[in-house]
Amino acid sequence: MDLRFTPEEIAFREEVRSFFLTEIPADIRTKVSEGRKLDHRDYITSQRILNAKGWAVPHWPVAWGGQDWTAVQRYIFMEELMQAAVPLPLQFNCFMVGPVIAQFGNEAQKQRFLPRIANLDDWWCQGFSEPGAGSDLASLKTRAVRKGDVYVVDGQKTWTTLGQYADWMFCLARTDPTAKKQAGISFLLIDMKTPGVTVRPIITIDGRHEVNEVFLDNVEVPVENLVGEENKGWDYAKFLLANERTGIARIGMSKERITRIKRLAPLTPAGEGTMWDDLDFRSRLAAVEIELKALEITQMRVVAAQATRDPTKPDPASSILKLRGSELQQATTELLLELAGPAALSGERIGDGLDDLDAPFAWADTAAPVYFNTRKVSIYGGSNEIQHNVIAKAILGL
Amino acid sequence: MDFDLSEEQTLLKDTVERWAADTYPTLEATIAARAEAAGFSASRWTELAELGVLGLPFAEADGGFGCGPVEIGLVMEAFGRRLAPEPFLAAIVLAGGALRLAANDAQREAILPAVIAGTSRAALAHGEARARYDLFDVATTATPTPSGGWRLDGRKTVVEHGGTADLLIVSARTSGARRDGDGVTLFLVPAGTPGLRVVPHTAHDGGRTAEISLDGVELPAEAVLGPIGGGVAIVERATEAAIAAVCAEAIGSMRALTDLTVEYLRTRKQFGVAIGSFQSLQHKAVDMFVALEQARSMALYAAMMVEAEDADERRSAISAAKVQINRSARFVGQTAVQLHGGIGMTMEYLGAHHFRRLAMIEIAFGDTAHHLRRVTLAGGLVKAS
Repeated sequence: MDLRFTPEEIAFREEVRSFFLTEIPADIRTKVSEGRKLDHRDYITSQRILNAKGWAVPHWPVAWGGQDWTAVQRYIFMEELMQAAVPLPLQFNCFMVGPVIAQFGNEAQKQRFLPRIANLDDWWCQGFSEPGAGSDLASLKTRAVRKGDVYVVDGQKTWTTLGQYADWMFCLARTDPTAKKQAGISFLLIDMKTPGVTVRPIITIDGRHEVNEVFLDNVEVPVENLVGEENKGWDYAKFLLANERTGIARIGMSKERITRIKRLAPLTPAGEGTMWDDLDFRSRLAAVEIELKALEITQMRVVAAQATRDPTKPDPASSILKLRGSELQQATTELLLELAGPAALSGERIGDGLDDLDAPFAWADTAAPVYFNTRKVSIYGGSNEIQHNVIAKAILGL
Repeated sequence: MDFDLSEEQTLLKDTVERWAADTYPTLEATIAARAEAAGFSASRWTELAELGVLGLPFAEADGGFGCGPVEIGLVMEAFGRRLAPEPFLAAIVLAGGALRLAANDAQREAILPAVIAGTSRAALAHGEARARYDLFDVATTATPTPSGGWRLDGRKTVVEHGGTADLLIVSARTSGARRDGDGVTLFLVPAGTPGLRVVPHTAHDGGRTAEISLDGVELPAEAVLGPIGGGVAIVERATEAAIAAVCAEAIGSMRALTDLTVEYLRTRKQFGVAIGSFQSLQHKAVDMFVALEQARSMALYAAMMVEAEDADERRSAISAAKVQINRSARFVGQTAVQLHGGIGMTMEYLGAHHFRRLAMIEIAFGDTAHHLRRVTLAGGLVKAS
């Protein structure tokens, strides 16, 4: 037993770290670190730099642009990427639809879509959740009726993250209305330019436009855009969600935020000194760091176990990562908010001037929106209550 | 990065687990052993010596096996699961740690073979009432005698298994003020030395402790263990090894308690159904499981870091591990009692004994506030830039 990285793994870590810091534009990384809105061009720029290096989709099959990395290398790569505040390669492309097409798609679909997914030539969004189907995803109502060479799709999708930029949507729709819940669902690929597709923004609790509603009204989808077999979509969705959950702890992101708090605290005036002199504050921070260290090792244990697991089946232990990882992400945003203090009350500057007065708190305008936005992480990807149910059933046998 | 055990480690784990399961199959077996005067059975201690367990941490040159914190952790986890009462932690990890780190050749030859054979047991008499958890806080004094030896005066408190040890390792100040880091020296004090008074106590986890007074205890120059004035560093390293060990013991105990609780939820019926069908109870049990797994990760971290060269990094890591173990132990212990309801409150129930041991583990070698303060003052675990 040795929890340390090997010299090769340390060299690998240095290689990826140095690449992120030198090749991904600093202004993009600063935006990520400060919780500022990214332009969709920023995602594209960053992902294409990664893809040119062969690193946009390292976890894919090698034949489709993946790297022959160990589980530990993949873990190091993602952690370093997050700690360097590089935008994550677009999740819907790289971690969701890409692996599903690579695993279950036909050859034509692979040829047509995978290279464009990796390079973010096509921007994908997820059409799973519906107004009446959240945690109980299988109760979805969107219907796809086969008519000749097309499916005619009718329904409504929601919480469609970054759908305003999307070229394509991967969508779950009911193809057999008589089958019981999970059966009778199919996995369709829908061109967002198809007549009948309407995207409407939802402004979230942080005041930003991140998610959307998508209305599907008599949308004709060519049958060649069915992935795998008709009525087997639920299996593919489960495979996708299992992929989603690995790495969902976002430990690197929490570490990056803690590093930032430690950088800012000694620069943040408070009383006779700075916030770094406030041992109450630092004690709360240290308590979060300890839990995060524990979770980091828990994640390494899950990663090590992956080597001997069936990759298509979710590891129920990854539910721990989702649970504690989301809680710790949220805890770091609360500490950042506390660090900002009253300066957190003000948002974006409307006028000009007085630059010198607010300089030590110039970062503080995003503290509250980041805190607001991060409430989502214990809801998405299977709410934390659902994760409790998963562990109770799959691990404890209750 | 590798979480797998080697062949030898797997063999050790199986051996110790089997021994603990055979020896303590029931709560009654544990209670019977604790009822002996020493708090454990001498013949069982001999069995552990015969299995080679008592020699694990000592160097091969000293007749031991040269094993590290991972192997010690395997033993402690197995003991924790079965609430084994043997003083492996006090005698082998803690006092044995001080001997291992500080004894000179003559002392090794004279002491270690008997310790490894189980015929002699040492105890570390270091803690003092005012010191709480500060290892440098020592008021007991050692003054030179005209014959070139030392005279010890002072009080030592909560000395684990101090009442049955035939050799006490006593810390005393040879220079400096009470809370100075330097100036503390360790001494080997055989039981029965004139001026030494040892009063045994039972402990709330079923173990044994002792209160010790030293009143003009005269010792020869050869009684000094390790460098003059350098005792705190030795006690600190031995204590770090003990913290890593007690973390592993806590994992064994928490695992047993979590298993017991889940089993109880499955079988206990109320309102015509197993109470484990209630979601509010399921989610509590899941939180116990998560607390256990987080603690397990930090116990592994402690085992990995206990021999790290960088002292600052090592101290923060060990303290961080103890914080996590303490928090998890409190949560798992309290939740187990709550989910069992009334039966969890009784001494006839195995779970209650795990609860008590876990509560004592929380306090041993520093409570949560103590270790969290240490991590805080060290600047935390995540590097600042």
